[in-house]
Amino acid sequence: MKRGLSAVIFIVLAAGLCAIPAFLTFGEPAESGMDQYFIGNGQAQAATNNIVTSVVFDYRGFDTLGESVILFAAVIGVGLMFRSMREEEEHEDE
Amino acid sequence: MRMSKIVRTGANLLYPFVLIFGLYVIMHGHLTPGGGFQGGAVVATGVALVIVAYSFEEVTSMIKKVGMKARESIGLLLFIGAGVAALAAGAPFFSNILANSGLLFGQTVPAGPNPGDLNTAGVIPIMNVAVGIEVWGGLAIIVLYMLSSIPEEGS
Repeated sequence: MKRGLSAVIFIVLAAGLCAIPAFLTFGEPAESGMDQYFIGNGQAQAATNNIVTSVVFDYRGFDTLGESVILFAAVIGVGLMFRSMREEEEHEDE
Repeated sequence: MRMSKIVRTGANLLYPFVLIFGLYVIMHGHLTPGGGFQGGAVVATGVALVIVAYSFEEVTSMIKKVGMKARESIGLLLFIGAGVAALAAGAPFFSNILANSGLLFGQTVPAGPNPGDLNTAGVIPIMNVAVGIEVWGGLAIIVLYMLSSIPEEGS
């Protein structure tokens, strides 16, 4: 019963995922005005030749902060996982 | 377990060049493709090269875990500090207060195609360096932690 239900849910979700491209035209975002704004004003506002970097670090700087914090959290997680495996090395250099 | 002398010599030879290339990608992030994340990953690849070539004891004497942890924390603090500095100057959080100001990294960029100048882009190079240091320390410490859990053979 449970297996059949999960199979049905999986099929419905997979079919929905496959049906999405039929309703969207590829390469045409719904809102392209923002792109033209970045390309037109990036050099004057952010004083950067690299528009991608000006978007990542200036216009969308808050998202980059989230990315950095995610990396920090990943390192903390790896440290927690592998800490107990070799205790003597941990205390040796701290 | 250490690799053969050929691998160790190759790693010794390549390590400074990989480091310099990664730091170049970080520093020129506002002019060329790349930036803090990509350049930091390149530098961490150089660290991983040394870790692959040498045994764990030799690596921990050359590359300190404490130094990598310090790099990661200092990088994130510098990144957040660059955002908070804008608050202190009376602008919104993460706004580019140094761009077009004439101070550090403050030169204006002429419109249209131009070769570019390192002394532009305001706080973006500072954030690039911060994120680069953070990714360097973070990826290196992940590889070091994973290596420390592998049992040594033949030693």
